[in-house]
Amino acid sequence: MTTLEVRDLVKEFTLRSGLRRTRLRAVHRVDFTLVPGRTVALVGASGSGKSTVARMIARLEKPTSGTIAAVGPDGTRIKDRHYRDHVQMVFQDPFASLNPFHSIEHHLARPLVLHGRAKGREQVREQASQLLERVSLPVELMDRRPHELSGGQRQRVAIARALAPGARVIVADEPVSMLDVSSRLGVLSLLARLQREDDLAVLYITHDLATARHFSDSILVMNRGRIVERGPADDVILTPQHPYTQTLAAAAPNPELRGRLLSSEPEPQAASDRHHLTYDHEAGRWIDIDAATDSDAAVAG
Amino acid sequence: MTSLIPSSSGLEDLPPGAEPGAVPAPASTRRTGWRAMLPSWTPKLAVGLGLVVAIALFGLIGPVLAGDPDTIRNISLTAPSGDHWLGTTQTGQDVLDQLTHATRGSLQIGLLVGVMATVLSAVFGVIGGYVGGIVDEAFSLFSNVMLVIPGLPLVIVISGFVPADQRGSWTIALVLAVTGWAASARVLRAQTLSVRNRDYVAAARVAGEKPWRVICVEIVPNLLPVLASQFVFAVIAAILSEAGLSFLGLGASNSSTLGTMLYFAQNGFALQREAWWWFVPPGLIIAVFGCGLALINLSLDEIINPRLRRPVRKRAARAASGSSRNSAVRSTAA
Repeated sequence: MTTLEVRDLVKEFTLRSGLRRTRLRAVHRVDFTLVPGRTVALVGASGSGKSTVARMIARLEKPTSGTIAAVGPDGTRIKDRHYRDHVQMVFQDPFASLNPFHSIEHHLARPLVLHGRAKGREQVREQASQLLERVSLPVELMDRRPHELSGGQRQRVAIARALAPGARVIVADEPVSMLDVSSRLGVLSLLARLQREDDLAVLYITHDLATARHFSDSILVMNRGRIVERGPADDVILTPQHPYTQTLAAAAPNPELRGRLLSSEPEPQAASDRHHLTYDHEAGRWIDIDAATDSDAAVAG
Repeated sequence: MTSLIPSSSGLEDLPPGAEPGAVPAPASTRRTGWRAMLPSWTPKLAVGLGLVVAIALFGLIGPVLAGDPDTIRNISLTAPSGDHWLGTTQTGQDVLDQLTHATRGSLQIGLLVGVMATVLSAVFGVIGGYVGGIVDEAFSLFSNVMLVIPGLPLVIVISGFVPADQRGSWTIALVLAVTGWAASARVLRAQTLSVRNRDYVAAARVAGEKPWRVICVEIVPNLLPVLASQFVFAVIAAILSEAGLSFLGLGASNSSTLGTMLYFAQNGFALQREAWWWFVPPGLIIAVFGCGLALINLSLDEIINPRLRRPVRKRAARAASGSSRNSAVRSTAA
């Protein structure tokens, strides 16, 4: 079983306009651990740095500072060469993440071959069909090409591809946001089932609080590159502490309040002095991640 | 806030495989393997292929069947007749015999230049676009420099420098390829920049593919329509500029092409003496060959772009389903 430890992750992008250069901090000191068998949801608005975290974990971007380490069951850090055997990613848009030129078989066979899971044509095909069965797709789809599949089917193929190297840590970057409402639940239930079966560690990135609460054990709320609130899923959603989380929770439509004007919602009392702080529900207090590396320097909530 | 998830008990009822509206497409319309690489059969493609194949066969087989194009007879500038289907030149050479050899020569050069220019543009455009950074800057600068050098004058200068006895078709082809690749390299670079940022390239990298494999297997196939059209245009451009060069007397010295035919026709005052059979056939072959290649070019787009292919599929699917309304319409039409 593999654990993924993300420590003090920082990503800065350099923006150039003419000769001037400015640095944009997209991710600021993000810190969390993905444990086998548990789902962590990363919630936040567009541009809050969620996808940048995902891309850094998938090693598509290099962190400016901080570490991302996959730790094996025996407690030793997994070597870079084998990192991708353990950590895989499901992309947001299934219409873009499958190469239109190649068959479904190609998408599943390549990771199998690259990670030494299968050798020879027969074995590869057999394993690829097993993967398709695991994601509840008919084996006949093997020779199809992506444009012949529906969005939900494509996302299942993308999940199968992530599983092909035998990954134990899956980063799902808004896996259902581009899908029809009708196929969202199927894909999410599939992820939950696979997680139970394989004891996967899942990072579920989303902006949908409802699915985050239902499918994850704990929630990290991200705003402008920082994690502003963290804790068990129910606690974060039912008793939001950070002003940003409160607006986020209040923004979700509530059937009990049907007919009332949305603007009549009481504006969450903006605690402007706490914008840069992180509320940790497990510790039950506010933490200042900039103040010190130790968690001792905490402000009482 | 508990109402965020209205029916959480109902979620488990749905098996993960059950997904409404996810019916697989009917198997009859699917194309697998190499068949998927071929464009669908359209009138455009049929005409284009027909023209190109006819001219290619004419150039391939013609010289074997035809007589010696250099035989000089004492029948100067005779109009087409039973003996000489396309008449004779000023020195009594058979125009048809000459045309077969000239077509072969032009096709050879066109093919050579097409291949060389496409390879050059692919190397500079695709690799520069994918790698980025300083490599991209260098490759872009180089292709930009090649782009602003005016092609034909450079070709004339280079051809002028190379002594006539060393000016074989390979030299001419090389010169044309070197001056002709830059524009398509820019197009390919732009296309590569767009493809490079697609998720499937990122997914291939996450799967652990090596950079050269990402380029060759994930990116280049999606550039195939662009590559193919660049190749086809390179062939057309090469045949045309070779004809231009030969017409100016700067062409390959040891080979006969459609351009040299026009050159001799011009020198023999074919136009003034109304010997249309001398200059119209080579000009027509160039025009028709270019037209055929352009038609093929249009059909090539359908290999990759499924959006262009969809109307044909829909029609096939509708025909297969055989709904009563359609069959009724069909029977009345028949």
